[in-house]
Amino acid sequence: MAFYRAAPYQQPVAIALVLILAALPFVLTAFGQEFYIGFATRVLIFALAASSLNLVLGFGGMFSLGHAAFFGIGAYAAAICQQAGVNEALIAFPLAMLAAGSFALAVGAISLRTRGVYFIMITLAFAQMAYYLFISARSLGGDDGLPLAGRMTLAGVPLTDDTSLYFAAFFGLTLAMLFFGRLADARFGRVIQAIRENETRMEALGYPVFTYRLVCFALGGALAGLAGALLANLTGLASPNLLVWTQSGTLLVMVIIGGVGYLYGGVVGALILLCLEEVLVGFTSHWHIVLGLILLGVVLFAPKGVAALFGKRHG
Amino acid sequence: MTQLLLEQALNGLQFGLMLFLLAAGLTLVFGIMDCINLAHGSLYMVGAYFVAAATQAADSFWIGLGVGVAGAALLGLLLELSLFRQLYKRDHLSQVLATFALILIANEAVRVIWGAQPVMLNPPDALAGPVEFSLLGDTFFYPAYRLVIIAFGIGVAGLLYLLVAKTRVGMWVRAGASNREMTEALGINVQALFTAVFVFGTALCALAGGLLGPLLAVQVGMGESVLILAFVVIIIGGIGSIRGALVGSLIVGSVDTLGRALLPTLLRALLPADAASTLGPALASILIYLLMAGILFFKPQGLFPARA
Amino acid sequence: MLPRLTALATALMLAGTVHAGDRIKVGFVSTLSGPGAGLGVDIRDGFNLAMKQLNGKLGGLPAEVLIADDQQSPDIAKQAADKFLKKDKVDFMTGIVFSNIMLAVGPTVFENKTFYISANAGPSQYAGEQCNPFFFNVAWQNDNLHEAVGKIVQDKGYKNVVIVTPNYPGGKDAVSGFKRYYKGKVAEEVYTKLGQLDYAAELAQIRSLKPDALFFFLPGGMGINFVKQFVSAGLSRDTQLFAPGFSADEDVIKAVGSSMMGMFNSSHWAHDMDNAENKRFVADFQKEYNRLPSLYASQGYDAALMMDGAVRDVKGKVEDKAALQKALEAKRFKSVRGDFKFNTNHYPVQNYYLRAIGKDAQGRVTNKTMGTIFTNHADAYVAQCKMK
Repeated sequence: MAFYRAAPYQQPVAIALVLILAALPFVLTAFGQEFYIGFATRVLIFALAASSLNLVLGFGGMFSLGHAAFFGIGAYAAAICQQAGVNEALIAFPLAMLAAGSFALAVGAISLRTRGVYFIMITLAFAQMAYYLFISARSLGGDDGLPLAGRMTLAGVPLTDDTSLYFAAFFGLTLAMLFFGRLADARFGRVIQAIRENETRMEALGYPVFTYRLVCFALGGALAGLAGALLANLTGLASPNLLVWTQSGTLLVMVIIGGVGYLYGGVVGALILLCLEEVLVGFTSHWHIVLGLILLGVVLFAPKGVAALFGKRHG
Repeated sequence: MTQLLLEQALNGLQFGLMLFLLAAGLTLVFGIMDCINLAHGSLYMVGAYFVAAATQAADSFWIGLGVGVAGAALLGLLLELSLFRQLYKRDHLSQVLATFALILIANEAVRVIWGAQPVMLNPPDALAGPVEFSLLGDTFFYPAYRLVIIAFGIGVAGLLYLLVAKTRVGMWVRAGASNREMTEALGINVQALFTAVFVFGTALCALAGGLLGPLLAVQVGMGESVLILAFVVIIIGGIGSIRGALVGSLIVGSVDTLGRALLPTLLRALLPADAASTLGPALASILIYLLMAGILFFKPQGLFPARA
Repeated sequence: MLPRLTALATALMLAGTVHAGDRIKVGFVSTLSGPGAGLGVDIRDGFNLAMKQLNGKLGGLPAEVLIADDQQSPDIAKQAADKFLKKDKVDFMTGIVFSNIMLAVGPTVFENKTFYISANAGPSQYAGEQCNPFFFNVAWQNDNLHEAVGKIVQDKGYKNVVIVTPNYPGGKDAVSGFKRYYKGKVAEEVYTKLGQLDYAAELAQIRSLKPDALFFFLPGGMGINFVKQFVSAGLSRDTQLFAPGFSADEDVIKAVGSSMMGMFNSSHWAHDMDNAENKRFVADFQKEYNRLPSLYASQGYDAALMMDGAVRDVKGKVEDKAALQKALEAKRFKSVRGDFKFNTNHYPVQNYYLRAIGKDAQGRVTNKTMGTIFTNHADAYVAQCKMK
């Protein structure tokens, strides 16, 4: 793998994208397709979740198969905040990030002692533990999940209609991507990518490898928590389904399709996978077969993911 | 009480041995080819369906078991030649994506062919009931079919040990697991070795699926929960090590069984009834994951690492 | 099935007898893939059978049934429901299997003032404090079948009972429903892991407790595994098995086979019930799908008939929500379970029957109705419902 560097045309493309996304809900409303605002919000939220995994996987080189746990914990944290009377997203969302980030910190502190396949499996094990704990906790609704009484407010503005929630998710994703882009180019990003490439050398150079990795892992967890809190607002429910291991698998698939280690890998992957689902479901109830074949095709013929066709990584 | 403990010990052994059949193939594919195969559980499911279908067609469980396992092995061969062969060279991410795709395809294909509802597979009539023992003056019951499973498990484990420890092919396999490049350099046909190991692993997990079919529901998605357990086993045991897989299976089998049997009672003695009834089952269901995290904390390579 | 129905509806449209506004749209969201798919498929097949018998019409108006798969995920179910409500502007919704999904989808449906006819999920929330004029349940409240088992275990004089259920709230609700009517000794409440496959440890424990009856609520594959292992452990000699109908219906029997013989269960419907509607339903269902219908299929069938009756009653004016609500409450259809009525919380007040599994005249292992457990039984939450 090579170091990430922004392609020369990346900035104009990004600005154009932001403008298109900002106009999208108004265009959809004008054409009477309000329903698709909810769908677009879902894409944005999953783009955020997949990008948070991309930070851990693509930049940190840590192959986590338990990322859904942080996603789910963020959703539960939002629901719990609301039950406790905190209905303001500016307070609840950071708390959700804190909760997911702290759990990621704890999981990372233990898991990062292992390498390779062992790391994949131990992160999976922690996610399974979280899943079983949530599902058996009656006060958290067990397998029914924890419903939200309604959507929260953001800086006093209620997120009740789909367009306001869309913009909340849009701002969340934009901020995260800005942060992500900065981070990748900053010293921290350089070091973490160097550790991915050659851990022993970085260790020898005196970098606290373990700490760098741990911080990166916890950051990814916190961002996933933000996505979870947004999703809880969209669906009105914090559900244990969010923590199942296949959900971790789905996030992974998004990142891999999109392009591991490419800034927009998570975004592209989420967009492709969710649109594919939306289209295939309309054709056949056996759409899993079609999706599976497409994924196999991606592995065999576009192994670097779709973002690789757009963004560049220079060695 | 002794009877209960003995029965639970047998249960743990039976569960552990079945896990071993699943884990043995997985750990070799993992260890030798360095390939993450999430679809291993799907092969187990397909194996169980093959055995169920063959049993219904032949009207004999034993013939069905043989035909079903052979069919699954054939499928394994086709998969290896067409897909997995290309995956060995690829990174773990591609392997995860491809085998995740296989899970989706396998589950849906089984649903198309056999329907969404579980398929019936019963043990041979002679083994359907319990066996009666006399032990220390007590009568003691144990399901006959579970005893057969234990016998099968011990037989396969022994056979595998002889194969891996005493034969030339076994030596290649061990060599491949601890240092692949060196094995290749020594002129061993690694390609053929890989194919053989993959097919063998598929046959073992189809055997597990077929044997467990009469005890469990043969249904779509039965592979996924078992897959995770098999992963836990090989991680605890150390990837690539058959001995590790055996020890890991027996540990997971007995810890899970005894945890479910004893934890609720134990906690009730220590805690107030209300807290115990909440905590007991929750703790029992995550016990093996706690165990795995604990072992990895102290031994990050598992108990018997194959690679130096 | 769907394309055929749509085609039928389209053909009728082209005949030029009606204009587009007079079309009834039904949004059907159900679990059609994944481990819980068997239930959703049965509801769908039952619903589609009724539509076929009605020539693709509801209340005499051409109807269109839009089907979506929720993949047993509340999140995806909500997306699908949103689409039906906002994009397709459906007149009715139905199909959801699982209560947690129902609770996630419910608020959006009610906000849109669309009637939801539940063909399965009967959460206590919607029976009690959160009852809603737009929610009707044509099946049962979740606790009812457990209550019926509790009653029959009590009546038959069993004194020492073990309960087995997964460690999740649905399981704990089953226990409280059961204990509402069973007052004897509970030797042990065994809570298993959700999705557990092997019950050897629990069975050994049960053997040591020597219960005379065992009540289990283990949905889907868990129940199949449990019954198989229970019988092969030889426990069925001394312990009588009891379960709610959904753990002992045709889908489970088909997978377990003769091991289930002699097991008791409770249901509001059985395929051998002696009424003209039911005979037609069971015969047509077997002809169409080549299997015996389960209670889920009967519920899906009834949901379609219920919509048909109500639309006919308001003469197709489904926009008049108040009139439509009255028509639905009046229950203008003949159910395959025989007569019943709706309570003030829009849940059924109905009979619950005891069924036993045995061989029928043709030698098939199947359910046989043994007697009535409850007559005109209501749920325990109706008092908390203040219907607007």
